[in-house]
Amino acid sequence: MSKEWPLWEVFIRSQHGLAHKHVGSLHAPDAEMAVNNARDVYTRRNEGISIWVVKAADITASSPDDKSALFEPSNSKVYRHPTFFPMPEEVKNL
Amino acid sequence: MVDPKFEYLLRLADNALVLSQRLSELCGKGPALEEDMALTNVALDLIGQARFWFTYAGEIEGAGRDEDQLAFLRDAHDFHNLLLVEQPNGSYADTLARQFYFDSWHYLLLEKLVASSDEHIAAIAEKSLKEVRYHLRRSGDLIVRLGDGTDQSHSMMQNAMNDLWMFTDEMFQADAVDQAMVEQGVAPDLASLRAPWIAHVTEIFEDATLQVPPINAWMQKGGKQGVHTESLGYLLAEMQFLPRAYPGAIW
Repeated sequence: MSKEWPLWEVFIRSQHGLAHKHVGSLHAPDAEMAVNNARDVYTRRNEGISIWVVKAADITASSPDDKSALFEPSNSKVYRHPTFFPMPEEVKNL
Repeated sequence: MVDPKFEYLLRLADNALVLSQRLSELCGKGPALEEDMALTNVALDLIGQARFWFTYAGEIEGAGRDEDQLAFLRDAHDFHNLLLVEQPNGSYADTLARQFYFDSWHYLLLEKLVASSDEHIAAIAEKSLKEVRYHLRRSGDLIVRLGDGTDQSHSMMQNAMNDLWMFTDEMFQADAVDQAMVEQGVAPDLASLRAPWIAHVTEIFEDATLQVPPINAWMQKGGKQGVHTESLGYLLAEMQFLPRAYPGAIW
C-alpha cells in the first residue's frame, strides 16, 4: 500500500443553476475526508454551495497526441455553429 | 468589584484566543497540506469569535479598552481561559485530543448561550455555533480514524486522550462568576453540560475503539481564576511581543 493519500479532483458549484466547475485537486484517504478537505482548501472565500470529489485515477482523459484526429475535423464545419441567427436582446448567458 | 459578566466574557474570549494561537503555531507545519489548511481555518474561526467576545467585554467593562488591549496587554494571571486550551500542541494526537475535548464542550455551551437573556451574547453564540458544529464534526471524525487506525495511531491517540483528561473537569466546575451568570439567565449551569459531554465523548471513543479514562480521576483546575500552567506564559510572550514592543503598530 502506498503511504501517500490518493489524489482527488474537486468540483465546486458556485450558485444554483450553474454547473460544477473543476477547481483543483487534493489528497485525502477517502471520499468523506476529500469532501471535508475540499471544504477547507477550496471554499474558504465563500466560493460554493456544493462540492463534488472524484478520484483522479477514475477519470479517463483524452490523449494530447490524439488532438488532431479528435478536434481538427470540426474546425472546417462552420455550419455547426448557430452563429447565423439574430439573438434577442433579452436573452443573456447564451 | 468586577462585573461578573465582564469576567465571564473574558473567559469565552480567552478560550477562543488561546486555542487559536496554539493552532496558529502549526500554520505551515501541519502533517499534510489539507490538514494545515483545516487547522488554520479553525484558528481563524476562533480568532473571529474571540474578537466578538473581547469587543463586547470591553463595552461591558466601560473603561475604554478595545479588543486589542484586552488580548495583548494583559498578563498571564489576568487570562481566564481553561487550562485545556493552553496545553502545547505536542504530537498531532495531542493537538486533536485537545481540540476534540474542547469542541465537544464548546458546542454544548454555545447551544445554550443561543438562548441567553443577553441578546448580544445570544447573537455571537448563534454565529459561532455554525463554525463550531463543523469543528466538532471534524475533530470527532479524526479521533475515530486515528483511534481505529493502525496500532501506532491507536496507542498515540489513547495516550493523548489520557494525558489531557485531567484538564476536562474544569469545563464543568462553576464558581461565583458562573453562578452569577446563571442567576441572570445569561449562561447555562455548567454542571448540566457534563452528562451530554460524557455521552458524546463516550460515543466517539467507542467508534474509535478507545477507552474513556476514569471519570473520577484527579483533575486540574485554576485557569478560569487566572492560575495557569507554565505553558501559557510562553504562548503569551510570543503572541504579545509585537504590540508590546511596538505600541500602536498598525499593519
